[in-house]
Amino acid sequence: MLSRRIIPCLDVRDGRVVKGVRFRDHVDMGDIVELALRYRDAGADELVFYDISASPQGRSVDRGWVERVSRLIDIPFCVAGGIRDVETARAVLHAGADKISVNTPALERPALICELADAFGVQCVVVGIDSIRETDGQWRVRSHTGDPDRTRELPTRTLDWIAEAVRLGAGEIVLNCMDKDGVRTGYDLEQLSAARAVCAVPLIASGGAGEIAHFADAFLQADVDGALAASVFHSGRIAIPELKRALAAQHIEVRCP
Amino acid sequence: MRVVIIDAGGANTGSVRYAFERLGIEAALVTDAASIRLADRVVLPGVGTAAQVMARLRQLDLVDVLRSLEQPLLGICVGMQLLYERSEEGNVQGLGLLPGTVARLAGAGGMRVPHMGWNRLRHTAPGTLATGIAEGDHAFFVHSFAAPVTPDCILASDHGAPFAAAVQRGHIGGAQFHPERSATVGARLLQNFLAPGVVPAVSPNGSPA
Repeated sequence: MLSRRIIPCLDVRDGRVVKGVRFRDHVDMGDIVELALRYRDAGADELVFYDISASPQGRSVDRGWVERVSRLIDIPFCVAGGIRDVETARAVLHAGADKISVNTPALERPALICELADAFGVQCVVVGIDSIRETDGQWRVRSHTGDPDRTRELPTRTLDWIAEAVRLGAGEIVLNCMDKDGVRTGYDLEQLSAARAVCAVPLIASGGAGEIAHFADAFLQADVDGALAASVFHSGRIAIPELKRALAAQHIEVRCP
Repeated sequence: MRVVIIDAGGANTGSVRYAFERLGIEAALVTDAASIRLADRVVLPGVGTAAQVMARLRQLDLVDVLRSLEQPLLGICVGMQLLYERSEEGNVQGLGLLPGTVARLAGAGGMRVPHMGWNRLRHTAPGTLATGIAEGDHAFFVHSFAAPVTPDCILASDHGAPFAAAVQRGHIGGAQFHPERSATVGARLLQNFLAPGVVPAVSPNGSPA
């Protein structure tokens, strides 16, 4: 049986891992490779590196660290941030990333998803979505979330965009529920369940993990394939081996290396 | 030991090379028949579609070279799928080194396709490539098509239905999962591939290898 994945997310800025609350006030968390190896040893199933400086600054990902990480770690990893064309994606994949994740560039030009899927196969193409609940009760997507001053409110409904992204060739969706990001009150189960219903490819929950029970809730109630978190892992508040033991005790299929 | 990785245009060739590097082996990325014939071990990785990788092998004029190899060959992911006679992905004719047809994963009963993540392995037949891999160990998969469980299958996995996770027949081997991203289980399979005597004296179906 396929395991549910535990995915630490490492926000990268200027070659260092950082973490902020609600996308602001970033604090240095350490060296990329050092943290990657620590998570690998702890039993992380996959890593996501999100270059938060790349997209807002119009830069592409620095491939140097992608290659350094690929050389040393033997679990899959995904790179996000600043990938806006097939050539950049190719460079990142050739540097050793297993998947690339696109967010703002896909919203600006949805055909990018098709181009990436055609070039590398759907299994390499992750579409990241930042979503927020608006006053009318609808979830809508946000772009340019790497820089709060440039974040844009789009009219696109989150659930419509998920369906569209999958139709265009997304092999996986990472749904970041911004209302919950960094506040540790649990994943947005209502939104994730709604997303699950329209998402035939793997769905990864992001935003809100604060304790072990939140992960179990996301798997058992929203049926997500993986759960992504950052601060609870970086701070040591949740240790991955303990998390996995707790999930296994609830009969949630996980890999305990 | 001379290990070559065929650069069939897939994106994971670098990761596969690094995986051998972690085992102390400097594998060369090659596209020419001469280097492949001289190698002690040949790896055919593949990320992309069966049609893309097969077209690339034809373009490089490597199809007959691969069909006539005598040293151990390891196909990874799409590289393993191309060992078979045919793939339903684009209805592509494969290398025909193993009997069978690669088909799309059903995706029935709430099973998501692509099959992406860590899944359990179970032994289905003896094979040196699986030495040291325990029943129920996890390996990392990313694929939408898979080979059936035939007598050549040494490790199977399940995603809606059983499929071949690793195969071995004489000097021909393959892993549907990504050994380069399957932590210690993947490293073990690669070590087994490099080990002397990887070619069994008798193939699993009883005929001389």
